[in-house]
Amino acid sequence: MNQQTRITCHECDLLQQLKPPPPGGCTRCPRCGAVLHRSKRNSLNRTLALSLAGLILFIIANTFPFLAFEMQGQITETQLFTGVTDLYHQGMWGLAALVLFTTIIVPAVQLTLMLYVLVPIKLGRTPGHLAGVFRLLQTLTPWGMMEVFMLGILVSVVKLAGMATIVPGLALWAFGLLIFVLAAAAAALDPHRVWEKVRYAP
Amino acid sequence: MKPWPPSAVRQSLIGCPSCELLCKAPARFDGQIRMRCPRCGAVLHTRKPNSLARTWALVIAALIFYIPANMLPIMTVTSLGKTQSDTILSGAAYLLLHGMWPLALLIFFASVVVPLLKLVILIYLLISVQLHSRWRPRDRTRLYRITEAIGRWSMVDIYVVTILVALVHLGNLATIRAETGAVFFGAVVVITIFAALTFDPRLIWDSLEKNHE
Ligand SMILES: [Zn+2]
Ligand SMILES: [Zn+2]
Repeated sequence: MNQQTRITCHECDLLQQLKPPPPGGCTRCPRCGAVLHRSKRNSLNRTLALSLAGLILFIIANTFPFLAFEMQGQITETQLFTGVTDLYHQGMWGLAALVLFTTIIVPAVQLTLMLYVLVPIKLGRTPGHLAGVFRLLQTLTPWGMMEVFMLGILVSVVKLAGMATIVPGLALWAFGLLIFVLAAAAAALDPHRVWEKVRYAP
Repeated sequence: MKPWPPSAVRQSLIGCPSCELLCKAPARFDGQIRMRCPRCGAVLHTRKPNSLARTWALVIAALIFYIPANMLPIMTVTSLGKTQSDTILSGAAYLLLHGMWPLALLIFFASVVVPLLKLVILIYLLISVQLHSRWRPRDRTRLYRITEAIGRWSMVDIYVVTILVALVHLGNLATIRAETGAVFFGAVVVITIFAALTFDPRLIWDSLEKNHE
């Protein structure tokens, strides 16, 4: 990385030379304390591997039921998507859309686009529309809420435990792993490494 | 306190919000012309456009929705002919009465405290910027970071309702329906996330420089 990069802090607009972060640490803005750059070794390779694992887990988490509910011999199984369709059938289309967007669409698009960006880079090519795609990825970040959904599953299980028998499904384990993989992928990504690949005329 | 050098905007420089490339602002850049980042194509602004007005509008909308979100039931449980509606608070109280106080605390914190805390912090930041406050800008920026980070966790109650609705539909035996309160509550969460995104923390620091003029 260019040692002389001049940047401005995104939280307080202080103009400064971006110092390379110490290994395992991060560079902070001296005025407001915002994190400007985190040290990430082998960032793109690790993000690629984790995104690939994430996509596989995401597909498993969405194809199999994650919980089964048993009461007086009757059993209902639920998948992530059935929650969305049930809300829709109850006339709650706004809620259905919100849940669909934050737990299915955003994570799916994020994982797919991340692979779209990182696989060609790994092969030494520059993917088409790299800047636009990567910008979209950054915009989507606050709207992916898988980890909050996981907490929602745990709360539901505890709430229903007294009422009936709850049986965890295969997808539940995939979910649990997925949360860690997504968090690790987000932590491994150093956006500077991707922006460096964008060719432009200053 | 040592004086800081003038901020980028006063040296006619704009940091790209997306890729952080430092760009030269054209002479008398007043936000009227659209300038894009030469590297990533993001629209450049010295400050987020209309930040204060937009954030106020979103904060007020969220405050209004916060009332029905807490007053109206978020779900109805029908079990063996008995029907019971739950608001967010009564849901937390139910957990408390049944000895699940860590969970009750979690739900109370995520659903009641977090949205309100977020709105109070944003209102405080908006007023402090409008009064050109120079008081503890570093701590106020930290408060902003908190509002950005905690908002998403309020969604947990929406997901709980979704999962319960999907799991419990056994006809007369037990059925759970989502209710209007949940819609308002979802709206509060989404609007407060947008409000945090629209607020520009750099405005906190601008007041410090105005006094040097
Ligand atoms: Zn700063
Ligand atoms: Zn840019």
